[in-house]
Amino acid sequence: MSAFRTIATTRRVLEQLRRDPRTVALLLVVPMALLWLLELVFDAQPATFDRIGPALLALFPFVVMFLVTSVTTLRERTSGTLERLLSMPLGRLDLLLGYLAGFGLVAVVQAALASALMLGFLGLDVAGPAWLLVIVAVVDAILGCALGLFVSAFARTEFQAVQFMPAVVLPQFLLCGLLVPRDEMGAVLEAISWVLPLSYAVDAMQRITVEASVSARTLVDLAVVTGAIALSVALGAATLRRRTA
Amino acid sequence: MSTAEAVAVEIDRLRVVRGGRVVLDDLSLRLPARRVIGLLGPSGCGKSTLLRAIVGVQIVERGAVRVLGLEAGAPALRSRVAYATQAASVYDDLGVEENLRYFAAVLGAPKGDVARVLSEVDLAEHAGDQVVRLSGGQRSRVSLAVALLGAPELLVLDEPTVGLDPVLRADLWDLFHRLAAEGRTLLVSSHVMDEATRCHELLLMRDGGILAQESPESLLERTGARDTEEAFLTLVRDGRLAHA
Repeated sequence: MSAFRTIATTRRVLEQLRRDPRTVALLLVVPMALLWLLELVFDAQPATFDRIGPALLALFPFVVMFLVTSVTTLRERTSGTLERLLSMPLGRLDLLLGYLAGFGLVAVVQAALASALMLGFLGLDVAGPAWLLVIVAVVDAILGCALGLFVSAFARTEFQAVQFMPAVVLPQFLLCGLLVPRDEMGAVLEAISWVLPLSYAVDAMQRITVEASVSARTLVDLAVVTGAIALSVALGAATLRRRTA
Repeated sequence: MSTAEAVAVEIDRLRVVRGGRVVLDDLSLRLPARRVIGLLGPSGCGKSTLLRAIVGVQIVERGAVRVLGLEAGAPALRSRVAYATQAASVYDDLGVEENLRYFAAVLGAPKGDVARVLSEVDLAEHAGDQVVRLSGGQRSRVSLAVALLGAPELLVLDEPTVGLDPVLRADLWDLFHRLAAEGRTLLVSSHVMDEATRCHELLLMRDGGILAQESPESLLERTGARDTEEAFLTLVRDGRLAHA
């Protein structure tokens, strides 16, 4: 591993984004617009907005970052630059961490802006500390990047990569406890929900909504999501092959 | 020592299957170091697969490929072997210089290398241009420039001169010879037979096998042909007769 090559990769990813201002605008604006729409939908039920708002603050940046990261990484594969890089002295982890840092930076800005919008303009009311809400949103957006990096290894075309969104993200959304509390689902579904990282992110958000102090459970949830990020990157590196058919 | 060093690539009974089709079968060869070696043959004959096997990015079914004394694809070779694929493998959305700066960082190439390779492929004026806005020939020159970064001992170039105007093509061949004179080995594929005369040594390929490996002069002398194209046809015809 080489920090120098990782940073060079991050800088390159950011240069690519800078050359594509429309994507950056979409990345930052879409989650905020969706959250605003959510607030408008629940205009007459502010209590419901306060209950589900934080969970969706975890979800929207997660989804957007997942999509953008998986398509971008796939582009690296189809353009031949991945094969070229892997024939060079670049560690597989250097490449993935470089990507994660680049998109992670975008995720930080995106989740911070979305959180600020929720807590400020949209008047989201949570019992817990606002800074923790922002941290969970950021970590969750980074989880979206990490999962996107991982699944792009299994896509051969951009069409397939886009299909991974409903395949990987929507089941996590259905099972995360937002629609039905997880302990009220069937035992099998509940068991599955325990291995899906989004469940922990949503749990953390829901605790911040109702608990005034920071509980150990919330920190454990955060640690699990962080672990899922590390695992996704490690698996992503393991599935990159220098030799191909 | 000198005899061991004089061989850049050594392939023994290489067999490659891609998508259920045997692309290379029982292919053996030795390529001398410090030469410009042309790999010629019609499109689809297995040139790119052979180059990929030498770079070490191709899954091979059987056989040994040794490059600069090491197994192809060995980590120690990753900065000693440069590779430019047939399709320009650069970032279309980045500028020319941004592309080169990134690859130079990955290779650990010295400062000043970016400017050097830009002038070597005659793209200094386009340093700030986004690659997607360049012509096809310019794009492939950006890709070639990446392969020139650092100090690779073996350059594997897959059709680097396709779509270039004759003046530029001549310039690039001059560059290849300068690099060989500096002690590098160049393996350059082409499906344009007239480029053969610019090489020290030729590999003629057809249907996944090597038809001939010799200097352009000896090839013409042996076949009595006027040019490489005719020599190629003669060899194919003789091969058919031998098989009949």
